[in-house]
Amino acid sequence: MSYFTRRTLIKGSTAAAAAGALTGPALLEWAKAWAQSAPWKPEKDAQLSLLRWKYFVQSEDDAFVKLTAAFTQATGVKVDIIRESFEDIPPKASVAANTGTGPDLFWGLYSLPHLFPQKCVDVTDVAEYLGKKYGGWVPTAIAYGKSGDKWINIPIAFNGNMMNYRISSLQKAGMPKFPATTDEFLEYAKATKKNNTPGGMALGHATGDGNAWVHWCLWSFGGNLVDQNDKIILNSPETVKALEYAKQLYDNFIPGTASWNDAFNNKAFLAGEIHWTNNGISIYAAAKRDPKLKEIADDMDHALWPVGPVGKPTEFHVCFPMLAMSHTKNPQACKALMAFILEADNYNKWLTDSVAYLTHPLNAYDANPIWTADPKNTIFREAAKRTLTAGGLGSVGEKAAAALADFIVLDMFANVCTGREDPKGAIKIAERQAQRLYR
Amino acid sequence: MTGGATHRPSNRDQLMAELAVDARQIQRPIRAVTVWDRLKANHNWLSAWFMLPTAAFLILFLAYPLGLGVWLSFTDARVGRAGIFVGLENYEWLLGDTVFWLSVFNTMLYTFVASTFKFAVGLYLALLLNQHMPFKAIIRAIVLIPFIVPTVLSAIAFWWIFDSQFSIVSWTLKKAGLISTNIDFLGDFWNARWSVIFANIWRGVPFVAITLLAGLQTVSPTLYEAATIDGASRWQMFRHVTYPLLTPIIAVVMTFSVLFTFTDFQLIWVLTRGGPVNATHLMATLGYQRAIGGGYLGEGAAIATAMIPFLLAVILISWFGLQRRRWQQGESND
Repeated sequence: MSYFTRRTLIKGSTAAAAAGALTGPALLEWAKAWAQSAPWKPEKDAQLSLLRWKYFVQSEDDAFVKLTAAFTQATGVKVDIIRESFEDIPPKASVAANTGTGPDLFWGLYSLPHLFPQKCVDVTDVAEYLGKKYGGWVPTAIAYGKSGDKWINIPIAFNGNMMNYRISSLQKAGMPKFPATTDEFLEYAKATKKNNTPGGMALGHATGDGNAWVHWCLWSFGGNLVDQNDKIILNSPETVKALEYAKQLYDNFIPGTASWNDAFNNKAFLAGEIHWTNNGISIYAAAKRDPKLKEIADDMDHALWPVGPVGKPTEFHVCFPMLAMSHTKNPQACKALMAFILEADNYNKWLTDSVAYLTHPLNAYDANPIWTADPKNTIFREAAKRTLTAGGLGSVGEKAAAALADFIVLDMFANVCTGREDPKGAIKIAERQAQRLYR
Repeated sequence: MTGGATHRPSNRDQLMAELAVDARQIQRPIRAVTVWDRLKANHNWLSAWFMLPTAAFLILFLAYPLGLGVWLSFTDARVGRAGIFVGLENYEWLLGDTVFWLSVFNTMLYTFVASTFKFAVGLYLALLLNQHMPFKAIIRAIVLIPFIVPTVLSAIAFWWIFDSQFSIVSWTLKKAGLISTNIDFLGDFWNARWSVIFANIWRGVPFVAITLLAGLQTVSPTLYEAATIDGASRWQMFRHVTYPLLTPIIAVVMTFSVLFTFTDFQLIWVLTRGGPVNATHLMATLGYQRAIGGGYLGEGAAIATAMIPFLLAVILISWFGLQRRRWQQGESND
């Protein structure tokens, strides 16, 4: 029995042609010229080690390796890439920050750098250089990137988490297009359940998919964990409404989602067990790659999240920030690598090869051909612009990160959905957990 | 100290020279014996010196981490930042924390149920394996497999067995027409608890079985022969011969088994990460989630420290038990 993850599902995904990107010797020439003129000169005999999240799309990782290899050739700086599953990155990074040893660079999730802002190399100059050159950063990238006035990381990319659905079952449910409001969405869930084409979203301790949908639900009804001053405001009629809504949705899910982690919905969707869920593009990428799954690939599409009573999008996509640890002996090399990654000649190719799994944080990359190569990719272009940040209205700092890692909001929803607690009781438990962190 | 006198004088000059040296040495005032001199020469202290490396090793790798953990629990340390002393604040927060108490309950339930079953099944298996049968050695080796397989691997196998959509158990029962919907192994509160306990038992039985089997083999066959002559039934033989002689090893095995179960982490972490809604969170997993995942080292350390009294109690029970003859011999102390 093999270990079945999103990654193995998508091994060797097809990459659309990288229009206009440099390859081979041309890339090397360009990289060398870049190294000559770049404002950051790597230290003599510098070597870097970089810990990144284990890829879900093989072609994305391949492109990343090529990109760092070009960096090595141009600057002489060897880059050693280590991969860990993304739940394991915060602990490893924390220990490295604590002990002052370990990889020079960490590439993780959400507010990782804000767990130890004083241990991150100030990369304000890199951020300003890139922002000026590539049409400016999207607002959420700035929110994640800055701590006070300083940039403590470069939000290299986002990962869109959108609605995935089967077109045929949408039609069978009698809907011309995917629901745009939470009310329509509930009707859709009921109809698909009735038609025996149910959907489902993860309610286990699923860092990515689980957190994405429960925060969308909470925010779309106007509920929030904390306000702008990090004061806890969870106990509100809006939160109650969000929980009641989620309970109704859950009653129309496929059974068993309370145990799902991030990989379960991929498996279930590709096996035809569920007909809608929330996910990155990885399900579609896997379906497109495998001829046996062509039927599913043709019959599926992506949609933006329905909008709730607050009347504006309340999506929650993953941010992938890269930070350099202050214990690195080669801060200039770290900065050079971060800047190098986001230069158009590298980044465009990488975006293309990541088959829309990654979304750019810099406005200029809206023009990348991947977004229009397949119309089913297009909405993922908006992920970075539409997402709210970890912590909601509050700060993106360590408290928000701890609240996510402790699954406070997720458990609140799971408590209500599985019928363990009524909304009031669930809110009380979550509030108590939040008070621990926001004291 | 008359080194020169023991030499046979080979010539006069040399003798004179040696005598001159001795004279100078004798003139030196006699120094009082210092503590250091005693320590250097004392044989009792010598053994202390030899123990020093081991002591240093234990202090460095056992006492220091334990002490540091307890200290951290009294601070508000975060990952990447040293904390300041906050007294019992972390513990006060835990007192009113329903999730913490849930994890305490889960840990007790998990330990109690799993250990009981591991003992019962392990003992039964040991008795069975102690019989004469063909391929005895191979069968004994096979029994050890669940114990040898890395926890994470077996957890992943169980992950599939307990899958909410693709479970082999659900599939089989469905094909057999016994159930119409999949069993929600890990999504339902109690199902999830029994499922992880089952996986733990499966993993833990071989350890108990093989150790008890080793104990069984030390029981002298003559005792059974004597019992047979006295007309003892099989049950009587077990109750009055096997069981009393096995008691000391049972005490040791169960102490270890309870300690391992109480501090289990990997199985839960791979299977459920403490979900659904913390129904399977053990104190070890909750402590890890809060300390390392959430970055609140102080609080995670407090949860870990809260495990110590329980563990100490288990160790003390078995330690005092082993001191007693009743436990050792299965007889009355009086």
